[in-house]
Amino acid sequence: MTMTDEHVLSQKFEIIGSNFGNAGKASTSIKEILQEIGIDPSIITRASIATYEAEMNVVMYAEKCLLTLNITPEKLHIKLEDEGQGIADIEKAMQEGFSTATDEMREMGFGAGMGLPNIKRNADKFEIASTPGKGTTIDIIFNLNQTEY
Amino acid sequence: MNQYYHSIRIDTDKCDGRMKCLRICPTQALRIRNGKAVLIEEKCIDCGECITVCPQNAIVPLTDPFGEHTKFRHTVAIPSPALYAQYGREILPEKILSGIKKLGFDDAFDMSATCGEVSFALQEYLRDYQGPKPLISNVCPTVVRLIQVKYPSLIDQVIPIDTPRELAAREIKKKKSKKLKLKENEIGTFYLTPCPVKMISIRQPAEKGKSSIDGSISISDTYAPLLAAMENMEKGSYRKALESICILGIGWAMGGGICRTLRLKNSLAVTGLSEIIKVFDDIERGKLRNIDFIEAHSCPQGCVGGSLTVENLYISYNKILKLIETLEFEKIKACPDIREVRKLYNQNYFFIEGKLEPRPIKPLDKDLAKAIKKRKEKEQIYESLPKIDCGVCGAPTCLTFAEDVVKKEAKLTDCIFNQSIEIPAMSKMQNDSNPLPSVRVNIHKTQKKKDKNET
Repeated sequence: MTMTDEHVLSQKFEIIGSNFGNAGKASTSIKEILQEIGIDPSIITRASIATYEAEMNVVMYAEKCLLTLNITPEKLHIKLEDEGQGIADIEKAMQEGFSTATDEMREMGFGAGMGLPNIKRNADKFEIASTPGKGTTIDIIFNLNQTEY
Repeated sequence: MNQYYHSIRIDTDKCDGRMKCLRICPTQALRIRNGKAVLIEEKCIDCGECITVCPQNAIVPLTDPFGEHTKFRHTVAIPSPALYAQYGREILPEKILSGIKKLGFDDAFDMSATCGEVSFALQEYLRDYQGPKPLISNVCPTVVRLIQVKYPSLIDQVIPIDTPRELAAREIKKKKSKKLKLKENEIGTFYLTPCPVKMISIRQPAEKGKSSIDGSISISDTYAPLLAAMENMEKGSYRKALESICILGIGWAMGGGICRTLRLKNSLAVTGLSEIIKVFDDIERGKLRNIDFIEAHSCPQGCVGGSLTVENLYISYNKILKLIETLEFEKIKACPDIREVRKLYNQNYFFIEGKLEPRPIKPLDKDLAKAIKKRKEKEQIYESLPKIDCGVCGAPTCLTFAEDVVKKEAKLTDCIFNQSIEIPAMSKMQNDSNPLPSVRVNIHKTQKKKDKNET
């Protein structure tokens, strides 16, 4: 089924690295949008957790990031494209408990090595690609039209 | 017919549309239509902020008038512990309870003992609990409604143990009816309340069970008659009065008063709706999983800051705090018997009847495709508005106005910037080459710009 443009809701958010004070703003805005259009609360919860984890990753490790939200009646797609150090070994980064966080970050309760695995666990589909020294792109997808799957 | 009861009524004769309520409402549940405030029922969580702020006293709390409890054979007043904090430091709960009995009630019940029992019951519940954390206190009905409306995903984390006021009323009815050989419905239980929302939790419990409380009377209505009633009372023994206070329960009316009785390593006490919202956002994101318990009161500093109290909230907060310190210093520990509480707990005595259900706000449309379309329209309308939240259209913010337009509850021309009048002070806000009275044209321009970007 092809989607006419009017049924695609797109919104962009900018996330700035090291800006801990604003961390979580994008995931809150996204949650509000999802509530307004009547998405199932259990999907909203999963999407909120995944987006927040992804947002925190940007704040902790990247310089800046463009988050694009795309909603169609079939799926919810959250794309994060960041500019930063990138991830040298994605396989390792996906392991639970692996983290390159500094002691200061751990002190603040972050860097438990659960970020990426947690995003994957909450999403219906998760993709990650990274170029060390340039940045990381992740795609978080949720199915909205249950009957299709 | 209204789906929800609310604790306020707008007196349209008094209301002159001055918008104070519009601006303060934390859930954007108020609008001004035809010069009068109008409540959007599904959005209201009964916090009572609008009552306090209305300069015309046009928002009336729907508590029962003082003295209206004659239809019962026997009446019992149950004051919120917040009442104990309304008078000077020398006036202890014992005297206040005696004073209440002079006001036409057959009896006055000290709820702090029940609060103490519930503290023990909470300890039991928290010790055995295995589900997602943190657990959230249900003692403030506004917080429970906030969760139902805005945080439905947290519903299972709300503690299912009944509130002290309900348990006290239930127990009073049971015991008194036996003792006096009356039917339970002939015993009237009246809660002396620091806030209007308790009224709603009585008329329409969030859990859909039935309340044992027959009415609520505001502390502010009780204040003066009670002060007079206590005037010429004989002075009893101060020490004896102290010894009757339950140290676990007395603090329940102040923020942090529940947490301090639970012996938890990780618990938080939060007061004030805007702060609660921040904490709930964090819980939803999966932060705060290491916190066991959250005590949340929508009023600042807890129930002592309720909109129907009289004393300055910091003074009443301090009075309770000092009272607890005195009790600790004097090593007075009038507590309920924990073994007795455990026995009752195991008999499910404390658990709430009925289940808490979410009450999410209606989406823009039931059909997802249409909802997406409407959300886009809302965004486009919002982009065309001046974003100064002037409120002249009757909505609290430009964003809520855009939503109202999409829902066809308001017309675009209700916005003063969409009317052909010149307001010099405001026209400076947009650039000179784009004079204001033509915002409609702006909408088409932004649409075109967006189209270009997307192709």
